[in-house]
Amino acid sequence: MVTADRHDPAVAAALLDRVLELVPNGEAEAVYTARDEALTRFANSQIHQNVADRDRSVRVRLTRDGRTGVASTNRLDEAGLRAAVEQALAIRDRAARNPDTSPLAGGPSTAHVRSGWTDRTADADPALRAAAARAVIDAALAAGLEASGAFSTEALTMAVANTRGLRSSASTTAAKLLSVVMGTDGASGYAQATDPDVGRIDGAAIGAEAVDRAQRTTGAEDLAPGEYQVLLEPYAVAALIEYISFIGFSALAAQEGRSFMELGRTVMGSNVRIWDDGQDPGGLPSIIDFEGVRKQRVDLVTDGVATGHVHDTATAHRAGTASTGHGLPAPNPWGPVAWNLFMAGGRASHDELLAGIDRGIWVTRFHYVNVVHAKRAILTGMTKDGTFLVEKGRIVRPIRNLRFTQSVPEAFSRIRGLSDETRLVGAEYSGIAVRAPALLIDGFGFTGATAAEGPG
Amino acid sequence: MKDLVNRALDAAQRAGAAYADVRVVERETESLTVKNGALESAAAHRTAGMGVRLLVDGGWGFSASSLLEPIEAERIAREAAEIARASAGARREPIVLDGTPPAQGSYRTPVREDPFAVSLDEKLGILLASDEAMGRVPGVTVREGSMEWSRERKTFVSSEGANLEQEIVEAGAGIEATAVDEGEVQVRSFPQMGGQLVTAGFEAVRALDLAGNAQRVAEEAVALLTAPQCPSGEMDLILESSQLALQIHESCGHPIELDRVLGMEASFAGTSFLTLDRLDQLQYGSSIVHIDADATAPGGLGTFGWDDEGVPAQDVPIVSAGLLVGYLTNRETAPRIGRQSMGSARASGWDRIPIIRMTNVSLRPGPEATSLDDLIADTREGIYLETNRSWSIDDRRLNFQFGTQAGWLIRDGRRTQLVRNPTYTGITPRFWGSCDAIAGPRDWVLWGVPNCGKGEPMQTGHVSHGASPARFRKVQVGVGRW
Repeated sequence: MVTADRHDPAVAAALLDRVLELVPNGEAEAVYTARDEALTRFANSQIHQNVADRDRSVRVRLTRDGRTGVASTNRLDEAGLRAAVEQALAIRDRAARNPDTSPLAGGPSTAHVRSGWTDRTADADPALRAAAARAVIDAALAAGLEASGAFSTEALTMAVANTRGLRSSASTTAAKLLSVVMGTDGASGYAQATDPDVGRIDGAAIGAEAVDRAQRTTGAEDLAPGEYQVLLEPYAVAALIEYISFIGFSALAAQEGRSFMELGRTVMGSNVRIWDDGQDPGGLPSIIDFEGVRKQRVDLVTDGVATGHVHDTATAHRAGTASTGHGLPAPNPWGPVAWNLFMAGGRASHDELLAGIDRGIWVTRFHYVNVVHAKRAILTGMTKDGTFLVEKGRIVRPIRNLRFTQSVPEAFSRIRGLSDETRLVGAEYSGIAVRAPALLIDGFGFTGATAAEGPG
Repeated sequence: MKDLVNRALDAAQRAGAAYADVRVVERETESLTVKNGALESAAAHRTAGMGVRLLVDGGWGFSASSLLEPIEAERIAREAAEIARASAGARREPIVLDGTPPAQGSYRTPVREDPFAVSLDEKLGILLASDEAMGRVPGVTVREGSMEWSRERKTFVSSEGANLEQEIVEAGAGIEATAVDEGEVQVRSFPQMGGQLVTAGFEAVRALDLAGNAQRVAEEAVALLTAPQCPSGEMDLILESSQLALQIHESCGHPIELDRVLGMEASFAGTSFLTLDRLDQLQYGSSIVHIDADATAPGGLGTFGWDDEGVPAQDVPIVSAGLLVGYLTNRETAPRIGRQSMGSARASGWDRIPIIRMTNVSLRPGPEATSLDDLIADTREGIYLETNRSWSIDDRRLNFQFGTQAGWLIRDGRRTQLVRNPTYTGITPRFWGSCDAIAGPRDWVLWGVPNCGKGEPMQTGHVSHGASPARFRKVQVGVGRW
């Protein structure tokens, strides 16, 4: 296969058919992935890393009589494919039988979809990325600040075929520009744009937003930890939803009793609606999952009540239902993942939310979030790049970063206002994308503060 | 392969590279997981590819491909040059590398028993025996066991004349018991969260004694469900060595990365409080704290012959008697502190550039005769915490908070009440400054940490940290509202 064909669904389909032909017996699933990535990174107001890579791989899952073997390779000539199939067969035939093995996805198939693809993103070159980086850098330097950040573009084609007749494929693109703009006095501001279409990402606008936030944080002072009203920007809200997705929205977590999401139970305030929808162009579309199942919209929390979990074929088989199209590559001990998340906005403008704070904290984003207690969805993390004390609806002063330790369902039971505008946010560490509003919450627990100068 | 590498190198130089290196990497990984008495997954993965990194007009460019063909080798070299020219247009000063002499040679992880040659049945038997032992304990909801082994072959050549071949073998395993009731989930792992992984052969898996610890792990998971909540307050804290390893990772390993110190990771992982003016000046910890970065330590995930810039593996002091004396460096950053690279440039695969990563950043053990039991016996009132559950630290690596799987209160020199959901928090130099006792070499373990995230695009690094249990005075324990 020549390089230029890597995103051609017909080429991918032929390759997968060949893999299935090589399997002598039992059931088989073959997944083709082609990924082109490029990223331009800047720090101290200059480009310091600049990379591109292309990879294609095939993953085969073979099952027979409850025995399963999985192998993957990125050597896609005849010898490479044969070797992968033979390796998966060898594992399968020597593996112990698992009575809980689920059948492969039975369909329906999804004819090739390119709804989340733009040629502009797929064809983005280093000059385009450098120009956007330059725009951010120029905005920072003009304000006497230093810029760092990254501009990434990605083109992904995925195709799945199995011996139950399923044939699905989709191509998507994604672009993300983020920047942290900093000053020598501790000033720090953040901005990010994520979109399938690189043409809709404006470097100058990202630079301006990050610079504005950094300028406001100059001269930050300490604030004692405690419970405060908070105005969480969409960046911060997205980080919380990303983590409760990992620990709560998966059917496997629910089946094993690890999730706070007991269906039918009120888990958040009545003004909370959260769902997953891989088809929605308002997110970062991902059309099919790694088992070839078309992603379904799943209403996870509706008016505060837990109404759904995401499923892959294994959890669906166990629950006697159908996969919702949230499977990861086999073998997958982690279970399904809600990847394309949305939280409904409300009716308030940003200024109205701010005006609703008697004494509280405006949080731009959270950094290094992690799970303290999974079943209670208690998370911890630090505020970053723009944290402010608000009194009587007015920003009083910037404050140094605070550590929160907080149950998210409890906090989301105290939401007093949601912004009418939502923003698409690409997660910091995972590939999850979340479209979220800003939230005004009556009571959010901050348990520590960063040191002013560090040592001492 | 030699032809392919030379093609790429020649193409890079024809495209105007003042410096170029080519890495070809092939990695094979196999894994097994067992869950609740059944084989959950068995998989084998192979990935291979080539990356060309070069300097043109003082800027970096990198391109990589999984297609190992001559025409593709030349294409990625040309693309890397095009990328480098775009970089050079947004640089203040050209990148200059240190004067590390080009090396030639080969390195192999010492392996007594090839993990790829051990039968699936035997591997499965080890995990199923552990599963059975956990299953004998009433109240365990989920039983899991995992095993993984890998082999990575790397070729590195540079336009300066470096020519290196390396083969790194890793192997490891672990078990975990989960107990669930209304509102509570409790997990115990052995030998640490996610298992232990080392550079070695299958002999390392056999030495773990998973089955011998399975029943205890399961019993502790169940007992935690009804254990009282960890109390809140300032108290003397003793950390078990795998938790201390992660404490070293987050509060020492990351802030000593010189790229972070210089702001090169500011937009993602963050910066560091260990700024250049603090080198040889800052009292990072108490006088008994000695920390080294040792890429020659047997069994470490940060153990190799040369790093991914061709710099030989070294053992370098980082904290000496509590004083900050070193950083992790690469060929680009070391000249900024007037030194040569100490060999910490590592790439997670063929498709990523080498960036500064930890090697094996370890706390030296305390006196020969001191044990964990001695530390506990010497503590009037405090808490002993074991096995990581949660970690978080700020972008300058100052304010940290950890949760562990289990804790035991210490009263009058004895380990007493088991407590659940323990957490502790602190500020890095104050915390290390409060370290007043470290157990000796018999309790020292080099722990693998194979999930270190850094860089954009994200790279997952494999590093290790050695530690014996240690005591820290007056630490804030029991964070948040429970």
